[in-house]
Amino acid sequence: MLTRAIDELVRREGPQVLAGLIRWSGDFDLAEEAFQVACAQALEAWPRRGLPRRPGAWLTTVARRRAVDLMWRRRPDVPLEPGLLEALAADESESDSAPEVEDDRLRLLFTVCHPALAPAAQIGLALRTLCGLTTAEIARAYLEPEPTTAQRLVRAKRKIAEARIPYEVPAADRLAERLEGVLSTIYLVFNEGFSATEGEFWIRADLCAEAIRLGRLVVELLPGEAEAEGLLALMLLHDARRAARTAIDGTVVPLEEQDRTVWDRALIDEGTRVLDVAVARGRPGPYQMQAAIAALHARAVRPEETDWQQIVALYGALLRTTPGPIVELNAAAAVAMAHGPEAGLAWMERLERSGALAGYHLLPAAQADLLRRLGRSDEARAAYERALALVRHPAERRFLERRRGELG
Amino acid sequence: MQYIVLIYGSEKGWGSMSRPDVEQMYAEYKKYSEELAKAGVMRGGSELKPTSTATTVRVRGGKRQVTDGPFAETKEQLGGFYLIEVANLEAALDWAAKCPSARDGSIEVRPLASGAPV
Repeated sequence: MLTRAIDELVRREGPQVLAGLIRWSGDFDLAEEAFQVACAQALEAWPRRGLPRRPGAWLTTVARRRAVDLMWRRRPDVPLEPGLLEALAADESESDSAPEVEDDRLRLLFTVCHPALAPAAQIGLALRTLCGLTTAEIARAYLEPEPTTAQRLVRAKRKIAEARIPYEVPAADRLAERLEGVLSTIYLVFNEGFSATEGEFWIRADLCAEAIRLGRLVVELLPGEAEAEGLLALMLLHDARRAARTAIDGTVVPLEEQDRTVWDRALIDEGTRVLDVAVARGRPGPYQMQAAIAALHARAVRPEETDWQQIVALYGALLRTTPGPIVELNAAAAVAMAHGPEAGLAWMERLERSGALAGYHLLPAAQADLLRRLGRSDEARAAYERALALVRHPAERRFLERRRGELG
Repeated sequence: MQYIVLIYGSEKGWGSMSRPDVEQMYAEYKKYSEELAKAGVMRGGSELKPTSTATTVRVRGGKRQVTDGPFAETKEQLGGFYLIEVANLEAALDWAAKCPSARDGSIEVRPLASGAPV
């Protein structure tokens, strides 16, 4: 029990400590190695000697000592920077001055999500440094061999050092553009958790939780950013439906058939609150619009109470700011609910002819659903066949097979 | 930190430009080079003649193989480069984004290996 409490404490304090160490040493690898040692020592020392008064400062001091030691061993020929030992001795009093510590985590976030790093590397580094996941945990989350993940992290850290990606929060004129990148990296983590493309489970609650943790961090560190709040609201509102989205056997349950009583009310309330704050800032954006759509679904106690007109209007706004075939497909499905299946089908047929979604199983699946509602069973069956030929995840496959079977 | 800024673009596109467009482009590059020099970050650079003038050399088993053309056929070709010295990648990317060809071509930015002779 105590070990778990210490684990949790290390995980909570860790990102701040590590981010500070990276700034202090200017060396990602060295900081990480020293940090690992400090965490291991904490797990060993704290149960015996009790918790230190300031765990973060304790970890920082131990890690810095270790870092100096490592520096010496790596380059015995290079004299230590003057003042380093003094700084080491003096650190405990200054290391938890709040504003600077917060800057460090923000710096770390913008550095690991730098667009000069591949998205998979950004995700890996963010989970590793800001969520405190081990390489093995990341490998498991992304269903890849551990050496693959490790290799990617090593390469990314090497690029940060060798191409000299700065350890800083971007200048004001670049902040909006860079924040967009950070948010989209976080959303990628959430999406893989929310409907996994591979693996035994369709929903990966662990990834959803880590994405929400990162989303909260951005909102906390960059207060007043409406889109960051929009993304957090969106993730909370989606996550609230998690328990209802799959049946006991793991089959996907579509929105209209979900047991709405098991939706997480606390998460819906929090998501709605965060969204209200964001919208009040008067700077609309795609995450806020998607969150607003999710909020309208969450608000409907029964499926037939869903405000489809309002949802169609929001998709219209979303299409104007971020046009794309997947948004169009969702918009077409909403139009079908608001104005009848024929209207939705016509739009989906245009999408199909454009070829923009070739190979995407959800287009024929959506067409099949509308044809089914219209009683056009033969065409629906053909569309389910097309979807089944493309679908990858077994949980979605089982759902499509069930629907096809119900056509009789 | 020194970075090389490699300018890739479509040679076909460059070749079919009208005279006023070519003059406009050279004027923009002249201005860009002056800005780099004025900021004190310029360490060198040049436009390159087209890949039709390129020759590739390999030595295999002590024997010299000389072939016509660039090392690799690509959709966009290397048309020129700058060598700049700035604080970090962010600053290098800022300069690369200002390169006139960034609008229709691609600019590759790579750090020079430290300790390399200049």
